[in-house]
Amino acid sequence: MSQSTEIAPMAAGNPDRLTGFRTFWHYFSVNRGAVIGLFVFILLVLAALFAPLLAPYAPDIQDKTAFLRPPAWEAGGSTQYLLGTDAVGRDMLSRLLYGARFSLLIGAVVVTLALTGGITLGLLAGYFRGWVDVAIMRVMDLILAFPSLLLALVLVTILGPGLFNAMLAIALVLQPHFARLVRAAVMAEKSREYVVAAKVAGAGHIRLMLRTILPNCLGPLIVQGTLSFSNAILEAAALGFLGLGAQPPTPEWGTMLASAREFILRAWWVVTFPGLAILITVLAINLIGDGLRDALDPKLRRS
Amino acid sequence: MLRYLLNKIVLVLPTLIGITICAFAFVRLLPGDPILAMAGEHGVSPERYAELKEQFGYNLPIWQQYAHYVRDAATGNFGVSISSKRPVIEDFMTLFPATIELSTFAMIFAMVLGIPAGIFAAVKRGSWFDQGLMGTALVGYSMPIFWWGLLLIIFFSGYLGWTPVSGRIGLQFFFKPVTGFMTIDSLLYGKWDAFRSALSHLVLPAIVLGTIPLAVIARQTRSAMLEVLSEDYVRTARAKGLSSARVIGVHALRNALIPVVTTIGLQVGVLMAGAILTETIFAWPGIGKWMVDSIFKRDYVVVQSGLLLIALIVMAVNLIVDVLYAVINPRIRAS
Repeated sequence: MSQSTEIAPMAAGNPDRLTGFRTFWHYFSVNRGAVIGLFVFILLVLAALFAPLLAPYAPDIQDKTAFLRPPAWEAGGSTQYLLGTDAVGRDMLSRLLYGARFSLLIGAVVVTLALTGGITLGLLAGYFRGWVDVAIMRVMDLILAFPSLLLALVLVTILGPGLFNAMLAIALVLQPHFARLVRAAVMAEKSREYVVAAKVAGAGHIRLMLRTILPNCLGPLIVQGTLSFSNAILEAAALGFLGLGAQPPTPEWGTMLASAREFILRAWWVVTFPGLAILITVLAINLIGDGLRDALDPKLRRS
Repeated sequence: MLRYLLNKIVLVLPTLIGITICAFAFVRLLPGDPILAMAGEHGVSPERYAELKEQFGYNLPIWQQYAHYVRDAATGNFGVSISSKRPVIEDFMTLFPATIELSTFAMIFAMVLGIPAGIFAAVKRGSWFDQGLMGTALVGYSMPIFWWGLLLIIFFSGYLGWTPVSGRIGLQFFFKPVTGFMTIDSLLYGKWDAFRSALSHLVLPAIVLGTIPLAVIARQTRSAMLEVLSEDYVRTARAKGLSSARVIGVHALRNALIPVVTTIGLQVGVLMAGAILTETIFAWPGIGKWMVDSIFKRDYVVVQSGLLLIALIVMAVNLIVDVLYAVINPRIRAS
């Protein structure tokens, strides 16, 4: 990495960025699992975006003549409801498609919140050090001292059950990982010559933090962001399952599982499909995360 | 070594204080009046309200309230549960062994499968076994364990009818706890059928709770082993003509296990979070289910104390792991 491009990365222009992307894609696409993960993830995004077009029924419409109808290929199933119906006669397939919206929304909102909070706190702690650093990092240590789901549970108890509060709680619980990462990166970068040069050139604190140092910590942040995305989906589903996340009749996958629990030994499909959807989504994102780590971490790349 | 230990303890102190502040603040952050919140759904009469306010010390300045809270907690006084009407610490002591038993078996399951699988994958790097194992490990790591538990119930309890769906032991068995572990107590009393009942109740929850640690341990063992296998001393050992089994089993494994031990220690938090879900699914009478039930019963004294006690346990175990790590690895001590 040459230092001149680090000082003014924006001035480098598009050609450089394009080769940057090509290098990235080269290393990313070596990982077959990552490409499959990306493909599945794109399908999920499309399913979420076009849920109203793809879903045969509205997610909350009840057919009183078809309670717990099995999937089409089972005895008693019909092509009217491809993946069967739930206990109040709602189409499973439609609810699953709409559920993709919630899971992706949860991941996006939580990561955005956690990322914003973590970057701000990490930058402040790593840049200013001293008591600011001590105060911020002690609080981060404290949050990490609690098992994450327990802390999220307790926060939701305070805030009240619901999808939005669950997202807030999960963002708060995941945020210290970002703060730690940014702080460590800032401390490593701060004494480097390009930062000193920018400082001598007259850059202020804000510019130094955001324009000079932050872009050089992006790699690990993206990887952590991906892992947090899948974590957020899992934890939100867990909260929904415990009855403290999204509330029925929201077609959120964890919440669907919670209401399916009592039919577990009678209707396997109402339990199997929502969980499978969660697993596939989380797995796809984790595969992407592995690929991103290989592609973005120069240390691993050379070995 | 003593200096290292003292140093660690000093570092943990701010977190310890922070945990007590969080637990103290929890009841006060609940929406509405803390006394009404703690009284639960039934509410209280005005006289009883004043009495409770006095009793909980809500008329004192906040710092004094905190000081009293810490003093009470330090002497084991966590208040009385509103739903069970018993001291919180008594309920905790009754339920905690169930969680430890479950976690212990989950961890044994994870280690017994994870460590050998990781070693084998590293030795046969790139083979179908290695690729298959890493793929499976990633699936395990991505698993929503509350769903995994339901699937196992459908198959093993519903379809095959091998295992019971919930609880710790058959209702017909009752004995005074000695260790609090049903599997050990039943053996101590020499009741084989009780032991079998306890074990059949334990198998599925332990597998569910151990799944994520299993995935993590297998991955960690494999990568630690790969690193060690490329070291000079391993090559030297091979060059000396030692058998492959000896090189891997003795020379490499001993050093590869150091990071694995740390990983195992760090799983305690994961186990506690997992216990909340696993115990809820299998109606396992441990502290995870106790916490969830108490949230729904609005028994906030229990939630507050559970939060404090679980965080303290996780912190203590992490401290012990840190110290053990320094005992095994002298290089850590020096730094």
